[in-house]
Amino acid sequence: MSTLSAGELEKRFQEKIDANLYIEPKDWMIDKYRHNLIRQISQHAHSEVVGMLPEGNWITRAPNLRRKAALLAKVQDEAGHGLYLYSAAETLGISREELLEQLHTGKAKYSNIFNYPTVTWADIGAIGWLVDGAAIINQVMLQRASYGPYARAMVRICREESFHQRQGFEIMLTLCRGTAEQKEMAQDSLNRWWWPSLMMFGPNDKDSPHSAEMAKWRVKRESNDELRQRFIDRVAPQADFLGIKIPDNHLKWDETKQHYHFGEINWDEFYNVVKGNGPCNRERLNARIKAHEEGKWVRDAAAAFINKRKSKAA
Amino acid sequence: MITKENDNQWPLWEVFIQSKSGQPFKHAGSLHAPDGEMALLNARDVYTRRNEGTSIWVVPAKCITASTPEEVGAFFDPAFDKVYRHPTFYDVPEGVKYL
Repeated sequence: MSTLSAGELEKRFQEKIDANLYIEPKDWMIDKYRHNLIRQISQHAHSEVVGMLPEGNWITRAPNLRRKAALLAKVQDEAGHGLYLYSAAETLGISREELLEQLHTGKAKYSNIFNYPTVTWADIGAIGWLVDGAAIINQVMLQRASYGPYARAMVRICREESFHQRQGFEIMLTLCRGTAEQKEMAQDSLNRWWWPSLMMFGPNDKDSPHSAEMAKWRVKRESNDELRQRFIDRVAPQADFLGIKIPDNHLKWDETKQHYHFGEINWDEFYNVVKGNGPCNRERLNARIKAHEEGKWVRDAAAAFINKRKSKAA
Repeated sequence: MITKENDNQWPLWEVFIQSKSGQPFKHAGSLHAPDGEMALLNARDVYTRRNEGTSIWVVPAKCITASTPEEVGAFFDPAFDKVYRHPTFYDVPEGVKYL
């Protein structure tokens, strides 16, 4: 094993990152890097898993078979994405069990966006279009994150998620081309999901606690504000195409900056939801715990089956 | 209530997928399963939802012996100075074909 000093190891670690190389599970790494990555990857995994809940709410009520099949496939993908990410987190030396316990006890966070309710069918459209759209912008960046297993999981996830955003936009487009009530439903959904979607990119750069370190370690290659701006620049013209209005009176194209200018985000709301006071925080966590407990018999049955087979073979 | 269960977590399996007949198997990721047969079924559902594979290997992670990253230099050193193992090392006179 290595006899290098801590300082030398740290220097080599940073050189490797600066040379655009990847850190693999058995490589030496700074403790804080490991710690921050476990936090970020597990939070990401929990978001995929909890993210199934608001959408699952509409599977039985999808308007037709085509929509139902697509929604089922999307929700199944989210489960798969959670699994890829849990596996990636486990390579850093934490067990699946600990990860789940952190989620169920509220110690670990998941994306705030899933603490908002899905009250109409249009919300399924808005989630695919806006929430997955925002997630993709973040995840495309993470495909080149310095931790190998995380970056590889992201490549797979990005490939699979491209249909998620399209199916959401298609739902919105169908509603916007439908009756006046349907278009109104799409507008109402945009009104409710717009600001929470912008909050998905996290606090403004000046208020983002972990950003500087994560940028230095090449986990975060672009800042929260840069990613948020990219999202707005892409989505604003799509809303125009749909013929619905983004609920921000300050939103307008800035010809000199070649970006959309937009209004101030209500950060009080953001921190309030982070603290657990969003519309659905309790409901989501309870549903998640219930699903885990009610799935126990499946895990038990699998274990019993294996034991039986082993004793027969013996 | 949270119950501590599965204290003995199911073993970890590394999943390798062959995308097409004749292609090499490539590492896709890992998963937990009580035995190989269930690991295969889980691997199918987790890693091949879009026809990514024609064949899957699952290998108990604990059975893999890996080279150590710290010794990467010394370990691969024997190949560093053997340029004559590459075709570009040899001179081919102009006009000579099929070499």
